[in-house]
Amino acid sequence: MKSGLGTALAIARKDLRTELRTKESINAAASFALVILVIFSFAFNLERDEFYAISGGLLWLVYSFAGALIVNRAFSRELPNDCLDVLIASPAPGWAIFLGKAVAAFLLLLLVEAISLPVFGLFYNIRWTESLGSLVLIILLATWGMTIVGSAFSAVIVNVRLRELMLPVLLYPILIPLLIAAMGGTTALFQGEPLTGENFGYIRQLIGFDAVYTALALYMIEFILVF
Amino acid sequence: MREKATYALGILGAIVMIWNLHHIFTQMAPEAAQGMAGWILFIHVPADFMGDILYTIALVTSILFLVKKDFTYDSISVACIEVGTMFILVNLVTGSIWGKNQWGIWWTWDLRLTTQLMKFLLYLGYLVVRPAIAEATQRATMSAFIAIFAYADVPLVMMAIRLPNVRTQHPSPVIETGGINSVAVPFVVGIIAQLLMALALMLVRLHQENTRREIDSLRRELHAL
Repeated sequence: MKSGLGTALAIARKDLRTELRTKESINAAASFALVILVIFSFAFNLERDEFYAISGGLLWLVYSFAGALIVNRAFSRELPNDCLDVLIASPAPGWAIFLGKAVAAFLLLLLVEAISLPVFGLFYNIRWTESLGSLVLIILLATWGMTIVGSAFSAVIVNVRLRELMLPVLLYPILIPLLIAAMGGTTALFQGEPLTGENFGYIRQLIGFDAVYTALALYMIEFILVF
Repeated sequence: MREKATYALGILGAIVMIWNLHHIFTQMAPEAAQGMAGWILFIHVPADFMGDILYTIALVTSILFLVKKDFTYDSISVACIEVGTMFILVNLVTGSIWGKNQWGIWWTWDLRLTTQLMKFLLYLGYLVVRPAIAEATQRATMSAFIAIFAYADVPLVMMAIRLPNVRTQHPSPVIETGGINSVAVPFVVGIIAQLLMALALMLVRLHQENTRREIDSLRRELHAL
């Protein structure tokens, strides 16, 4: 039997391959992100400077909407043909199954974000390439936090009626500390401020959120998958 | 007998609360800066304490359920969270009334207000999702999981609201600075009154939950026949 990490990677690979062959959730999430981006243009009629002040918030709203669509599929993908039962019955440890699914969701969401970021910059005339390194850091940290919590809740509600409705009800309140930091940090970057001094708090908050929930989810997932 | 004791506790709590309000309105001078509106704090602050206490109990019993798989712990968790959420709602509503009186607005995206609203929404999610899970063991396990995740979020929200893009205008707590001394008696009595009421409500809810579980198992037995 392979090590837990090897199993996790195998599951991530399997999920990614399934998704890239069918393109079920990625097509839905990417086109949904685009639609939301267009709708925002009708919601606000702002001066350039005012728009910069809310730009980070808009971007993360789009990402979190798309994220909910992606993580929803993480475990419900296994429902047809009772694949989930087989996965749980296999000798793979619960945390490895979960980690594999979270990694796959993370990469898929990153792909959707990579598609929608240039469109966002183009539509709203945002200079997002100027501090690309810091922006990528924020995106990586916040996306990981989003997918680890999202995948955990995807496992929790996989057998629930109306799970597509229930996931956002659980997910968004938990994500608020993460979104506050991601939105604040991204807005600061778009306005040309560096992520040092007071603004470094955003990065610290994101790291703290990721650490707490990664540990909690990996530890507790065993209880959720096997009961 | 148990039922009567529960109601007695609740009634006692109500009497203490009414006595306390009577004392505040007849014996105490209006607060210097805020007038009578300031005394809403005797409802507002204890309600927050009750919410936090009940959520903490729910955290402990949720962990205990996952470890011991004893459904009593699950019943206590759901009873605590339901009653706790009600107290947090009381805290939000009284705070809002005070805010309208003092700041001229019902709501502002202030640090403490935001934390409180987040707490409310997190546990509201718990209460909404719980009934949607049909199987009893599954429901209890998932609920415990959600309760633990929600509790872990509260310190993170508190950290997040110190970030530069969040501002505050809520008065600082005076308990730490000793400013509470002049109003200590009605304040403590207010806490005792709400503690009694919280306990009574929790016991009622616990009793309901146990009855529901009994009915469930009877129904299953009937199906098996």
